[in-house]
Amino acid sequence: MNENLILIVYLASAGCFILALKWLSSVPTARRGVIIGIVGMLLAVGGTLLKSEVVEGGFASYQWILVAFVIGSIIGVPMALMPMTAVPQRTALSHSFGALAAALVGTAEYYLQTSDLSHFVMAALGIEVLLGFLTFTASLMAFGKLQEILPTRPITYRGQNVVNISLLAVAVALVIALIVSPGQTYLFPIVMVLSLVFGVLLIIPIGGADMPTVISLLNSYAGLSAAAMGFVLDNRLLIIAGALDGSSGFILSIIMCRAMNRSFTNVLFGAFGQLQVSPAGAAVDRLAHSATAEEAAALLESANSVMIVPGYGMAVAQAQHSVRDLFDVLTKRGVEVTFAIHPVAGRMPGHMNVLLAEADIPYDKLLEMEEANAELPQTDVALVIGANDVTNPAARHDTNSPIYGMPILDVDKAQTVMVIKRSLNPGFAGIENELYFMDKTLMLFGDAKTFTRELVKELLGDRA
Amino acid sequence: MDSELMPHFYVFVLATFLGLELIRHVSPLLHTPLMSLTNAISAIAVVGSILIAAEQKTTFSTVLGTMAVTASTINIVGGYLITYRILRMFKKREPRKQ
Repeated sequence: MNENLILIVYLASAGCFILALKWLSSVPTARRGVIIGIVGMLLAVGGTLLKSEVVEGGFASYQWILVAFVIGSIIGVPMALMPMTAVPQRTALSHSFGALAAALVGTAEYYLQTSDLSHFVMAALGIEVLLGFLTFTASLMAFGKLQEILPTRPITYRGQNVVNISLLAVAVALVIALIVSPGQTYLFPIVMVLSLVFGVLLIIPIGGADMPTVISLLNSYAGLSAAAMGFVLDNRLLIIAGALDGSSGFILSIIMCRAMNRSFTNVLFGAFGQLQVSPAGAAVDRLAHSATAEEAAALLESANSVMIVPGYGMAVAQAQHSVRDLFDVLTKRGVEVTFAIHPVAGRMPGHMNVLLAEADIPYDKLLEMEEANAELPQTDVALVIGANDVTNPAARHDTNSPIYGMPILDVDKAQTVMVIKRSLNPGFAGIENELYFMDKTLMLFGDAKTFTRELVKELLGDRA
Repeated sequence: MDSELMPHFYVFVLATFLGLELIRHVSPLLHTPLMSLTNAISAIAVVGSILIAAEQKTTFSTVLGTMAVTASTINIVGGYLITYRILRMFKKREPRKQ
């Protein structure tokens, strides 16, 4: 096929990707965004399959590509049918595949063109391979932690940061040496191995609670390595698509960092949840009020407005469908029920919204943090299910608290606060939550799913 | 530096700014499908993978290329499918069940 025609197909494909992201900005147009994204990908693949290099190879060229398409689909479809709670793991795993593809292509290109690589192309290739291989192993590690195959607690040892940074420095130095003189083929495998090892070491000290930031960052890296491939292959479609992906991951990781009031360096090198030691005995003489399901149901029933604050604990207890029943019962009784979603609720950006949408909760009832905080002072009951640190008022006023400055949901401003929780144990960061000891707070001790079901039973029972 | 490569830089920088502008307007409600969609889009690496696999210059490069096509296909198929599945769950009115 005419090469110029293929360039036009590529241009159309890039346009489709841009429209896909534009339409994804709001729910009513989002599905259209996916469709146009698929069209863009089909154009890109179709155009590439008709390129003269591929066509000239004849059947021999196509057979392996066809085999790869089939195997890829056989693996890809089940990965897309995982339950919604597993979406973060799936995403981490697919980041690793994306990065692996870029890294493998980079490796193949290097050995094919070694003799005539310009300094510039070698630089792009170095970035592609470095980012590709480190994102591959880092994403696999993130997958392992999210799937809980690996321990989710951060693992730290003395001198960890020094080891990590020197390893990266050596890898970068070798890439620079290759840029100066691309012919030093013996250096290339060393760069590969160092990148792979660095990816593993990078994730070891990162705890489960930081996964939203890390996944976003890896998303960005996978995109950037694809963009680097575009520079190597002289292909602008790759540069555009890679840049779009890179900027998306970058923005999401900034949003996640802000939502936790932390910096990139702090997430990557800080090992949150390990170093803070909560002051011993601070809570011994403090008293929390508790209530039974019956008492809580009576309060919920008489409320005009109830705001539910779900956290990852709700998803762990698989309570979202019981929460949906509670939503139904209360709504039928004329209570205005909304949900307050903190940006880091869940294990990846936006995860909590997906879990609630899966439970058939209408998305217009899901409030972002700012909206929720504007409404909380006029809310009768704030019901916290499986969330902890994001509701701790200490983040606003206690300068000694490790979470000081973190944006929180101001549930303490509601008339009454109810917290469903197994015990008074602190959350992942080991921080005492003063919310639990306020006069207006009722602790509902129990498993999120069981207790929510009891509430529903009480509310239904009343009517009979 | 090769001056002929400058247009690539322009494209990269402009696409990055466009991306930042587009993503900033995506509702936080949709951040998970956003990530699965960009994940599928970044599987555009399939273009380079197909070329390496098809050119069949050396056995080594063909094997790497075929592996790369497989990995990209997983992301294309899986990424678009799961994004669609997620978006289908976002409903405004609650459906009447039972």
